[in-house]
Amino acid sequence: MPTRPRRVQIPVGPQHPALKEPECFLLTLEGEIIRESGVRLGYNHRGIEKAAESRTYIQDIYLMERVCGICSHAHATCFIQAVEEIAGLEVPKRAQYLRTLIAELERIHSHFLWLGVAGHEVGFDTLLMYTWRDREVVMDLLAALTGNRVNYSMNTLGGVRRDITADQKRDILEAVDKLEERTEYYVGIARDETTLIQRLSGVGKLSKEDAVRLGAVGPTGRASGVPRDARRDDPYAAYADVEFDVVTSDHCDVYGRTVVRLLELKQSYRIIRQVLERMPEGPIAVKAPRKVPAGEAVSRYEAPRGEDVHYVRANGTDKPERVKVRAPTLANVQAVGHMLKDGHLADMPIVIAAIDPCFSCTDRMVSLAGSDRPPGVLTWDALRRHGIAWYRERGIDFADLSSRLARPEER
Amino acid sequence: MLQALFYILIFPGFLFVSLFSFFTEYVDRKLCARFQNRIGPPWYQPVADFIKLASKEDVVPHLADRRTFEYAPVFALAACVTAFLYIPTWSKEALFAFDGDLIVVIYLLTIPTITFFLAGWYSRSVYSMIGAARSIVQLFAYEIPLLLSILAAALLAGTWSLSAVTSFYAHHLGYLGFNALGFVVAIVALLGKLELVPFDIPEAETEIVAGSFTEYSGRLLALFRLAKGVELVVGTSLVASVFFPVALDFGPIVGFVAYVLEVLLLVAIISLLRSLAARFRIDQMINLSWKVAAPLAFAQVLISLAVKEALHL
Repeated sequence: MPTRPRRVQIPVGPQHPALKEPECFLLTLEGEIIRESGVRLGYNHRGIEKAAESRTYIQDIYLMERVCGICSHAHATCFIQAVEEIAGLEVPKRAQYLRTLIAELERIHSHFLWLGVAGHEVGFDTLLMYTWRDREVVMDLLAALTGNRVNYSMNTLGGVRRDITADQKRDILEAVDKLEERTEYYVGIARDETTLIQRLSGVGKLSKEDAVRLGAVGPTGRASGVPRDARRDDPYAAYADVEFDVVTSDHCDVYGRTVVRLLELKQSYRIIRQVLERMPEGPIAVKAPRKVPAGEAVSRYEAPRGEDVHYVRANGTDKPERVKVRAPTLANVQAVGHMLKDGHLADMPIVIAAIDPCFSCTDRMVSLAGSDRPPGVLTWDALRRHGIAWYRERGIDFADLSSRLARPEER
Repeated sequence: MLQALFYILIFPGFLFVSLFSFFTEYVDRKLCARFQNRIGPPWYQPVADFIKLASKEDVVPHLADRRTFEYAPVFALAACVTAFLYIPTWSKEALFAFDGDLIVVIYLLTIPTITFFLAGWYSRSVYSMIGAARSIVQLFAYEIPLLLSILAAALLAGTWSLSAVTSFYAHHLGYLGFNALGFVVAIVALLGKLELVPFDIPEAETEIVAGSFTEYSGRLLALFRLAKGVELVVGTSLVASVFFPVALDFGPIVGFVAYVLEVLLLVAIISLLRSLAARFRIDQMINLSWKVAAPLAFAQVLISLAVKEALHL
């Protein structure tokens, strides 16, 4: 008589080697197959949106860079575009080109980083070591151009803060040639390396319909054949002046997402070469007012992970009244549960990693309208008491824990 | 009596095998690092790791079965060291030998896997239990190809004793060529046995933390790590004694150097393979074992029988 296999629930996270940031995926397993999955976010809420309201616009640029360590330029630029639109600032062409340049360099370092992480998640550490070594080329370049490896602080209201010299231009072209050669090598690996292909293809399926329905953005959506790219659909910075292809794939799986990111790297090199060639002379910033007139704006930006959306409402003072950040991971995380379902436990790390998640950027606090719990302020002591009571209700008593963990002979 | 104790505890027993396993671990880690474009650890790193772990606190989970949890690493280590005594290494004769010791060695080498299972299962943590189940599933996948490939070589030699197999091939070096297929299968199966990339499925870090060893810490973890290191030495020694018994006729010193070089060569092959591949999934691993490795091992058995018939051995 066939019996139903026993289901086991395992928590992946908040602390787990597969995850680089705290979040929790509750997986219900039937043997090695994942039958159900639930996503819990909110372990790393930092209150950045609220903090932005109590700082000036200039201070907020630096705050917004710290939404995400990897796509720092993306968030800063996205925010600043909204502010510039409200203030009616005309950003000089050269500044637009410089923003595009840094944006594409950032995409290169982010995609290289992702490729290494993906290698590690499927137990292919050699790929991690190789890609992160090559990533140093672009990191050094970013440090030379902006002064920082991450959080470049390139933007200011009305333009950028640093210009590039002819020498730097030559360095960029050299580095891009080198990176392009390495990218060809990795494209070769993705095409020929059988153990890698076996681990990636057919894993984490997301059909085109599901991608649209669940709102997948960026490489995750494009790998399911959804040709959406804010750079082309709603050009900002200098993207209207350069030619590039929106890379899509119809693999609809993790392999497709790998291929899309690798081919996007090649498009980035193309964009950088055009930007350097066509960059006009002129000022790199216009003078911006300290106070921004009342108004609101939404800004879109194609970050390495997908479309980033910022909303800013100004009230005529030097501080924004409301800032809302929609990081790309929030759009993609809905699709993860769908991709995990009926897959192997062994594929869980790579399926989660394949959306290139950035959970700290995504965490928000939500207070439900009409909820019976009144919103209020909890002091540290009250929060601690609440935590102790919460666990005690569930049978865990931390006061008792140290004695329970002690060895029998020590009791 | 005193001599037997010396053999078992010091040379070539426990102490020697432990130190040699530290050395091979260093070679493996260093080579792997160089293949991956890293610098790699200094030579004393494995010893330092062992001392550090041994000085740390042992934490036994509240729900774990205490006895199994604590005895498992000891049994794993004991089984590996015992197996080593029956493997002829730098001479044609092992320290202890009898007709049928081949089966005993294979059996003793199965014990560590069983202890990994018991350790993981009785840790009572979900990650360890999944790792434990995977260890056993993997055991059923690699054990048959490994046994068959070694059995094929023994068939040609016409004996069930490892020492006799080694001296047979040492006198008929040309016959080693007939076992090439079996050697390839044995290396792949050995990777599965040692739970190394691409077959590190039972302790896949990014999926189930550390599999069976998730709850282990301190001395017990140090013992388990040592057992795994010794298993690597014993596994490669077994393959070396069956497939490469060369330079055994020139006295113990030449034989010893040749033996160390053979083991290091096999370790280098293993390091290369594990830096070249991504981790398999358990279903892919089983498919590979049963659809590719096992038929190839059967083919090796047929080759051995045919050669035996043709050469009237």
